[in-house]
Amino acid sequence: MGVNFVTHVIIFIENRLYSCGRKMENKNQTTKEKEVKILAIESSCDETAAAVVVNGRKVCSNVISSQIELHKLFGGVVPEIASRKHLEKINQVIEEALSEAGMTLDDIDAVGVTYGPGLVGALLVGVAAAKAISFAKNKPLVGVHHIEGHISANYIEHEALVPPFICTVASGGHSHIVLVEDYGKYKIIGRTRDDAAGEAFDKVARSIGLGYPGGPKIDKLAKQGNSKAIMFPRAKIEDAPYDFSFSGLKSAVLNYLNQCEMKNIEVNKADVAASFQASVVEVLTMHTLQAAQDFGIKKVAIAGGVAANTSFRESMEKVCKEKGFEFYYPSPIYCTDNAAMIGVAAYYEYINGTRHGLDLNAVPNLKIGQR
Amino acid sequence: MSIVQDNLKLLAIESSGNVASVAILEQGKMIAELTMNNKKTHSTTLLPMIDQMIKMCEKDLADFDAIAVTRGPGSFTGLRIGAATVKGLGLAMELPVIPVSTLECLAMNVSESNDIICPIMDARRNQVYTAAYEVKDGRLQEVLKEEPMDIKDLIEKLKVLEKNVLFLGDGVAVYRNVIAQELKERACFAKEHNMVQRASSLAVLAKEKWEQRVTSKEFHLEYLRASQAEREWKEEHQGEELPCLS
Repeated sequence: MGVNFVTHVIIFIENRLYSCGRKMENKNQTTKEKEVKILAIESSCDETAAAVVVNGRKVCSNVISSQIELHKLFGGVVPEIASRKHLEKINQVIEEALSEAGMTLDDIDAVGVTYGPGLVGALLVGVAAAKAISFAKNKPLVGVHHIEGHISANYIEHEALVPPFICTVASGGHSHIVLVEDYGKYKIIGRTRDDAAGEAFDKVARSIGLGYPGGPKIDKLAKQGNSKAIMFPRAKIEDAPYDFSFSGLKSAVLNYLNQCEMKNIEVNKADVAASFQASVVEVLTMHTLQAAQDFGIKKVAIAGGVAANTSFRESMEKVCKEKGFEFYYPSPIYCTDNAAMIGVAAYYEYINGTRHGLDLNAVPNLKIGQR
Repeated sequence: MSIVQDNLKLLAIESSGNVASVAILEQGKMIAELTMNNKKTHSTTLLPMIDQMIKMCEKDLADFDAIAVTRGPGSFTGLRIGAATVKGLGLAMELPVIPVSTLECLAMNVSESNDIICPIMDARRNQVYTAAYEVKDGRLQEVLKEEPMDIKDLIEKLKVLEKNVLFLGDGVAVYRNVIAQELKERACFAKEHNMVQRASSLAVLAKEKWEQRVTSKEFHLEYLRASQAEREWKEEHQGEELPCLS
């Protein structure tokens, strides 16, 4: 039944493409099940990445060139340096993605690229390269929303996962609870009012001398600490049960550290890490569950860099089990910024008929669901 | 010039400043040039311009022997949009890239001049990206090497040369009065059509530099200025180089 549905949609799209005066593919092909191979490019922050994904589910290659060691020197991502590095690496990463997949650009059906949100200079490198390839090879161009990519990462390893589901996306730049109504159809039901969850991890990590990036470092140190040692706040926002606020929590940690210093009390960093993490994890978990219950959705997923946090995964796993919810999360490699997830999202956009022109621009504050 | 060079078909792409400019040079004939200086972001204009120009000339990307591009200096973002476009085109079509200095490309606009040619590009903070050239045997010869320089220092260096100087580039709009006051009648300025970057000049220079072509993967920009974060890091670390992390 699923196969019939997809075939039908492809015929519709080919017709639409034809009506737009674009090159139409052999119509006979559309009556059979056709593989759609997408070359995806991602450069929104400090990872230069390219991947080849077939039919939105099969990852043929997933190449990531990380700049993290370089940005560590500066205690965070430097936009100008990130942009320069993207340009240096972009061709190598694309070539590797194609060769690992055993394909050439001629085998590709469409080019997918992240065009927002993110650092504008960084995004522009991927967008310009993707447009040039799309133009040179006469392949459709599909612009992808970075967060929709993170959400779509869940499809890679979970064949059974189909919308609707609730997904909490938490990373260094974002914290959202999203209702995925259908492929390519998203509704934000909760968002952070201030800092992103991952941002709070970075700031707290810096304050206890762990350095950048904070997420994995706090995760590791927290394992040696007592998560109940210090009672940090769990922020609730009136009339917005799914929204987050992490800046108060961050301030509470900084205040605690200051007070200890003033009173000459030695800080147990592991306890601080564990207690801080417990607060973030509890809020993320509870709000997600609340949303799923209220919307009557039995499938719950997480995505983004914070989804790689072991405590968050365990907490979600435990609570979902208790409530009888299905719980999905991507492997760490698909939680971090990568192009495979962009290829997945691009596939469903492609099927839905989304096409972008050669004038596609980077949109640093792109909204979820904006086309 | 070799027969090979005279027969080259080049696509030239320039986006180092406010101007977006593209051109086609084919077998010694400039068959198209499209230049926009209308404040729109290169990200939305550059590739549609290339598309239009190639279509109107009834050409195919596969017809070209190489892509010419300015490798800097210039606006970091502008340069990168051009460079990433060229890298994408080069990768897809397996075309080599011929990198050319933006300053030399500007000087080429007025290469029939007998004066010293001094392109100045506004680099903010009272500085310009600059160089100076003289034409000898029909070729541009560097008199002052390219670098970011305080406008006052540049004027002093040019005074020493005791020759007339022809200025051009987007720095003229910022420093015309200062230059005219200091160099008096020895300073002159290019006309509007030659004042800014033009892909036709880039294409002609690229033809001469055919031997310097690189692969699209090897092609890199020369910004002439490190990022602010990098400069500050070096100051803190007594001039030490950033650990090479490739």
